[in-house]
Amino acid sequence: MPFIAALIAALALSACSADAASQDRVVRAAVASDLRFAFPEIIELVQEEHPDIDVRVTYGSSGQFMTQILNGAPFDLYLSADQAYPATVVDEGLASEGQLFRYARGRLVVWDPQGTLATPTIDDARNANTIAVANPRHAPYGRAAMEALISSGLLSVLEDRLVFGENVSQTAEFAQSGAADIALIALSLVISGPLANTGTWTEIPQDLFEPLDQGGVVLDEAQDFTAAQSVRDVLLSPRGQEILARYGFED
Amino acid sequence: MDIDALWLTLRLAALTTVILIALAIPIAAWLAFHRRFYTPVLEAIVALPLVLPPTVLGYYLLVALGSQSPLGQWWTSTFGSPLAFSFNGLLIASVISSLPFAVHPLLTAFTSVPTKLLQASTTLGAGWPRTIVKVALPLSRSGLATSAVLAFAHTVGEFGVILMVGGNIPGQTRTLSIDVYDSVQAFDYSSAASTSAFLLVFSLLVLTTTYTLNYRSSVPRQLASSYPQPVTVIQ
Repeated sequence: MPFIAALIAALALSACSADAASQDRVVRAAVASDLRFAFPEIIELVQEEHPDIDVRVTYGSSGQFMTQILNGAPFDLYLSADQAYPATVVDEGLASEGQLFRYARGRLVVWDPQGTLATPTIDDARNANTIAVANPRHAPYGRAAMEALISSGLLSVLEDRLVFGENVSQTAEFAQSGAADIALIALSLVISGPLANTGTWTEIPQDLFEPLDQGGVVLDEAQDFTAAQSVRDVLLSPRGQEILARYGFED
Repeated sequence: MDIDALWLTLRLAALTTVILIALAIPIAAWLAFHRRFYTPVLEAIVALPLVLPPTVLGYYLLVALGSQSPLGQWWTSTFGSPLAFSFNGLLIASVISSLPFAVHPLLTAFTSVPTKLLQASTTLGAGWPRTIVKVALPLSRSGLATSAVLAFAHTVGEFGVILMVGGNIPGQTRTLSIDVYDSVQAFDYSSAASTSAFLLVFSLLVLTTTYTLNYRSSVPRQLASSYPQPVTVIQ
């Protein structure tokens, strides 16, 4: 069985090389997907200030990360798009209260990927066949979008035309691919990065939903606690905050 | 293409295949040569991962492996790291979800081994383990190869269960199929395109190999000539 022999050879190889690359101080970060384009710049900054730290990021919805962390997912740093999920992680005893921090306030926009409307507003959703929002059950931007639709009295009209992305960046992808006509997503995804010059957007007034204050936490079980704290410090430093501001986040 | 993801996927698929072959031989032999009234139930259990939605399998695995379950707690206290969202957790998940792909081709091959040969072997005093290793397996070589190839390929292609149990952690649980999903969400279409092209070519090669093996085994040959083996591919 040459195939089996090759497999065994591959396994023998994998045993020696699996740990070869992990001499750096690794920080495994679970990051809310509104930071999908901004966070790589934060990582560059980390590499500049701490060349020995290797940040490994997973992007996704904040609520899914909370569930995963409560089920024992090996993350060191958790950056949520709200403050409630990190607080729950603390309540469940997986992080200490002193490690909670707030790093930004997110903004919500109506995005018209085709750019047919010069200033798309939330009322323009009435004319759309399909409206993409993030899943409000576990994505804070989805929750904010639903609140904005309710405050504008649009939810009952539009309910049947909503499609739900797993997280806010998948929601943007729904609209960008043409599957949805407009999307209610994070400003940080359309103001800079790959979608910067695609379509048009306007901000949804912040009084239509609960503010998207975004918080995070360093987890007690962090493999390298001080390295995880260093990444947090870079994020909160003036240069880190400047990057976030460029991506449309508020203080 | 993400080299870490490629390496992780190959390691996962290789280990899954080795474990599955070790499990599939006794399971297939038992199902083929020890037929009782309850055998269909066992066959159904083995085939379950084929029809169950990956989310159902993923949910049960998450509950079974998570830090709140007895197994998860035992694992964490014994090995110091949790089972869910780890490579070992993925390995358990892949073994379960690819089980039918390893058992079925072997089972088909075993059932087409001439009964006379098996009877001759046992009559001459060889026990069942010896008969299986010395008689049934050598006559089922192409079935065994098909099992290995399909188990490997199905693990490479696994997505839903891995996403639910693995959690998309770079270098630990982000396999190639998850990497494509992640690249699409990051609007990194060039990375998604190259990884997808790789997986497409890989899958085509695997299936071509499988059909070639099946064709060869159906060509009449010595003793087995009067017992043609059915061509089987489960997909």
